[in-house]
Amino acid sequence: MAEQTLDDQPLLVAENLGKTYGRLIACRDVSFALYPGEVLAVVGESGSGKSTLLQLLSAQLAPTAGSVSYRMRDGVLRDLSALGEAERRFLFRTDWGFVHQDPAQGLRMAVSAGANVGERLMAVGWNHYGRIRDTASSWLERVEIDTDRIDDAPRTYSGGMRQRLQIARNLVTEPRLVFMDEPTGGLDVSVQARLLDLMRNLVSELGLAAIVVTHDLAVARLLSHRVMVMKGGRVIETGLTDQVLDDPREPYTQLLVSSILPA
Amino acid sequence: MNAMIDITNAEKTFTMHLQGGVELPVVRGVSFHVVSGECVVLSGPSGAGKSSILKMIFGNYRCDGGRIGIRHQGTVIDLAIAEPRQVLSVRRSTIGYVSQFLRAVPRVATIDVVAEPLIVNGIVRAEARAQAGTLLRRLNIPERLWALPPSTFSGGEQQRVNIARGFISDLPILLLDEPTASLDAANRAVVVELIDQKKHQGVAMVAIVHDDEIRHLIADRIVDVTSFASAA
Repeated sequence: MAEQTLDDQPLLVAENLGKTYGRLIACRDVSFALYPGEVLAVVGESGSGKSTLLQLLSAQLAPTAGSVSYRMRDGVLRDLSALGEAERRFLFRTDWGFVHQDPAQGLRMAVSAGANVGERLMAVGWNHYGRIRDTASSWLERVEIDTDRIDDAPRTYSGGMRQRLQIARNLVTEPRLVFMDEPTGGLDVSVQARLLDLMRNLVSELGLAAIVVTHDLAVARLLSHRVMVMKGGRVIETGLTDQVLDDPREPYTQLLVSSILPA
Repeated sequence: MNAMIDITNAEKTFTMHLQGGVELPVVRGVSFHVVSGECVVLSGPSGAGKSSILKMIFGNYRCDGGRIGIRHQGTVIDLAIAEPRQVLSVRRSTIGYVSQFLRAVPRVATIDVVAEPLIVNGIVRAEARAQAGTLLRRLNIPERLWALPPSTFSGGEQQRVNIARGFISDLPILLLDEPTASLDAANRAVVVELIDQKKHQGVAMVAIVHDDEIRHLIADRIVDVTSFASAA
């Protein structure tokens, strides 16, 4: 099958990745490969190093050890630290998305929703106002935002709407990889369910690869194929999501799984 | 012999770290095989490890030793040591699993819950939904419920949704954990029919059923797991 040959090569590869601040170890010896269309959840409590890892993987932070490589659209795997400015810009503006826990970090709160989505298109050279507006409008629909609100600024939106707008802004350029940092944190449970369902559908429809940092094991179960459990800056357990959650091996993972309150 | 499932000396032990590292042996020396078109029923008392064995064959529980050979796309993959990506590929195109309980995804309509395995395998949504509808109708889930998420359904209805989702694909291996447990006689008969159809299509099945009558109707062979449990 054609699908298989395409998926056979990893999209992103981390090798012995580490970050220390003086004597403080934020993250060490992380190695894994992420394949196209694969969703990886990184779980662990606050301070386990998962957010640092996400920043290393998305080239927002330089590692003190190891490397991250990414397969560019020409099919060549490149070390992120060796990329030129134009290539980095291409990744940040087009090929990658980054969904922050706080939508205010990922959106421009004072400009219209349409402009928030359209801005990423303009950054990649779109210049036809009508087409940009149409595309922005269809993306608002896809994330279930009433298109009547296209000219309103996100500061007038609810928390759940802001998060959905942030997702639209990220996906409009058809990225191949999306980083998500606690995407459902700080939202009401009912709003979370809607967002999770939406993300789950978009990820599978678009065949996106994603790395999702979350402390919520239910989010990991619903969204991810594979999970990495972090503690004290290290990956202590990894495997298929349902395997790790239904048959956890490490003491810390067993503690995490057994700490979930039954609904 | 062309076994679809070939298990040799598989074993599983839980180590409960939160209970002072207590070792809980589940099964040891699990060995049996299943060929195409055959339904093997696992028998033994509750707690003997029947469900655990099914979960090991599905790659949901990890295997601590032995071999779980699965015929997958023309080759044999040992699920006891397979990479996560291989397990996912096996689940997408070779092994289906009908669990006792439906793990409902919030907000997803029943018809889409059932159609999803086909859509994942590249069948267009309209066609997948049409097939899902046929199966739901056969399992006596009224059409007015199809657009609702199954989380609000009764236990028996949820189980039938789960069965429809499990039987919709043309996968060569099917694992059935108590597929008739909370069903009435009419719906039990439908499930027996569905299993019979799968046999004729050459599907290899492993089932757990407590109902003697159903077991008698579907089993081609019975594997007693008591010996695996007592060895553990």
